[in-house]
Amino acid sequence: MLSQLRPAIVMVALFTLLLGVAYPLAITGVAQWAFPTQANGSLVRNGEGQVLGSALIGQSFAEARYLHPRPSAAGEGYDASASSGSNLGPLNADLAARIKTDADAIRADTGATAIPADAVTTSASGLDPHISPAYARLQAARVAQARGVDVGVVQQVIDQNTEGALFGFIGQPRVNVMLTNRALDARFPAAS
Amino acid sequence: MNMQGWAEIALTIGLAALIGWPIGLYMSRVWNGERTWLDPVFKPVEGLFYRAAGVNPAHSQGWLGYTGALLAFNAAGFFLLYAILRMQGGLPMNPQGFEGLSPHLAFNTAVSFVTNTNWQSYGGETTMSTLTQMTGLTVQNFLSAATGATIAAALARAFVANRGEGVGNFWADMTRTTLWVLLPLSIILALVLVGLGVTQTLAASTTATGLEGGSQTLSLFPTASQLAIKQLGINGGGVFNVNSAHPFENPTPLTNLITAISINVLGWAAFFAFGRSVLAKKDVRALAVAALVLLSLSGAAMYAIETQPAPALVAAGIDASANMEGKEVRFGVPASVTWAVQTTGASNGSVNSMHASYMPLGGAVQMFLMQLGEILPGGIGSGIAVMVVMAVLSVFVAGLMVGRTPEYLGKKIEAREIQFAMIAVLVLPLAVLGFTAVAAVLPTALGGLLNDGPHGLSEMLYAYTSAAGNNGSAFAGLTANAPWWNTTLGIAMLMGRFVPAIAVLAIAGSLVVKPKLAPSTGTLPTHGPLFIGLVIGVILILGGLQFFPALALGPLVEHFQVLGVVAGL
Repeated sequence: MLSQLRPAIVMVALFTLLLGVAYPLAITGVAQWAFPTQANGSLVRNGEGQVLGSALIGQSFAEARYLHPRPSAAGEGYDASASSGSNLGPLNADLAARIKTDADAIRADTGATAIPADAVTTSASGLDPHISPAYARLQAARVAQARGVDVGVVQQVIDQNTEGALFGFIGQPRVNVMLTNRALDARFPAAS
Repeated sequence: MNMQGWAEIALTIGLAALIGWPIGLYMSRVWNGERTWLDPVFKPVEGLFYRAAGVNPAHSQGWLGYTGALLAFNAAGFFLLYAILRMQGGLPMNPQGFEGLSPHLAFNTAVSFVTNTNWQSYGGETTMSTLTQMTGLTVQNFLSAATGATIAAALARAFVANRGEGVGNFWADMTRTTLWVLLPLSIILALVLVGLGVTQTLAASTTATGLEGGSQTLSLFPTASQLAIKQLGINGGGVFNVNSAHPFENPTPLTNLITAISINVLGWAAFFAFGRSVLAKKDVRALAVAALVLLSLSGAAMYAIETQPAPALVAAGIDASANMEGKEVRFGVPASVTWAVQTTGASNGSVNSMHASYMPLGGAVQMFLMQLGEILPGGIGSGIAVMVVMAVLSVFVAGLMVGRTPEYLGKKIEAREIQFAMIAVLVLPLAVLGFTAVAAVLPTALGGLLNDGPHGLSEMLYAYTSAAGNNGSAFAGLTANAPWWNTTLGIAMLMGRFVPAIAVLAIAGSLVVKPKLAPSTGTLPTHGPLFIGLVIGVILILGGLQFFPALALGPLVEHFQVLGVVAGL
């Protein structure tokens, strides 16, 4: 094994240069040139160029005029520097209590009887940007009331921001909460 | 459950095997040193590396020399990575100012990435600097994968040789696999993924002001370059804490499909490469079918399990047809369970959903797949190598039944091969059950658990299964960044990686000197449905019987508790 020492050290050193320096830097260079938006986090900016967030990352919403996202286990909620799921097992008492509280709050908020599962469960990342179309529909009336507009128009904005499954079966239909809320602000500027 | 879900599961699992086939034929050419169209690019680099390292790639090493080179190479990789991790605080490209790692975390992480496990006791975006992610972790993602491939390449030469001597040159196998297979595929995959939304920047983070005025810090990283090899190399160690559930690692259903397929492509490719190199395509196809059958059945079972009523949802009066705790909306149940069986069947260990929050039987399937020995289709090379061990044990069992000396792929299987095969297979239960048993009675260990009762046992059993199986996924409720867990999991990873590797190379060393026999009328055919059934039986009995008692105390008990709770509501 000792005779293998030189090749072992030299190979590790050379491959570190090739794979640990040249490869990621080359990919970064090409990515920054060819796909600057995506490579830097698909950031969404307002008219003044201020960063509002990422189109791919969920953020917290509590005001009635906005669609609300799923509950989040990342930091204090949607902490995009500390992604995390709840990791609670199916029989964990904390999980049952949290879901019960959230479900009661949504029933009080929307008057709904049937609540979709994504509305009361934390996502794997804690940064899920999406909710199901069913959960968005549930919130449309509250959003419309807060903005003083017709619920049909709010639902229209939601529908415009609903993505279907790829080819009808890869992935799930979904509504991007932040982008939809931006679209709502754009559609009803007086309310904001 | 619906047709779309079934179609998505079938497409993902099937496409991986299909794409793996041509890549496998190419990989076999690379192992054999045949001509390929990438030669003009990589021949000069290869030559430079050999000259600098002072190795002669044409020198065929005996199995001891080959094993020694493999161990020396991995040891050097370990020490370099350990040093980077410990000294991180003083090194450049560390914009967040992260400290160096504690000795036990650095040991665990260095072992983890060198053994192709990629167990992570830390959260990536809160622990690792950009420099560490690139020069430390990304490099071992490549090299540990290439190391796995060398085992299959050497074993293939042993089967094909007629009274041969050497099993090949480790340095050549490792270098060629890295340059000709892993690097070009990673470059293509990384660029495709950036185009679809994965981040790739040297900036560590950026700050946003949300629509409601709150501030949000977005961690970024050069993600795509590491993600590509993390999937293709069947490593699994994510840049971010939540791995491929993070929207920057896996933003859309399309990136999910592509990266899910990447988990299995090179595992299948190694099957087909082995088959071509040994001139036994039919026999290896039979092994691939056995693996595919078990993998598909697991996927179907998992889909059925995760659409059962989840007790916490039922209790709150909610539509409980999907256990969405710990799953992303864009993936839903089908894409989450597909990934879960692929990643546990293949020693990958990346996740796009949180395994800790699966229904109890879902967790049981994940553990069971790892306990089968990571052969469905497993890591690059390490998967087919252990699968061949299973085939060797199968012909041995069949040989006992009819009273003939068993043969496999034209080589007599005798006592020495069976002894090493058993060592390769038995080290897994030794590490998994041994460490779990000790941890279950040790207060220091139990302090790390998030959940109690049978789910707590599952957290520990999952951790050691994942470590010894070189998988790396976790029931992440366990707080593993503590001296006990980091150290013992590190030891389990070393046992699970190097004991089977050395045993397989010993088998190769024993087989290579034997004469190659032509099949006679008394030879058991090893390519038909009968043999496929026999192999599946041996895999299930070895994996199932050894681990069933432990699974019964963890997930099975929890399953009956769930049934009780749901029935009482």
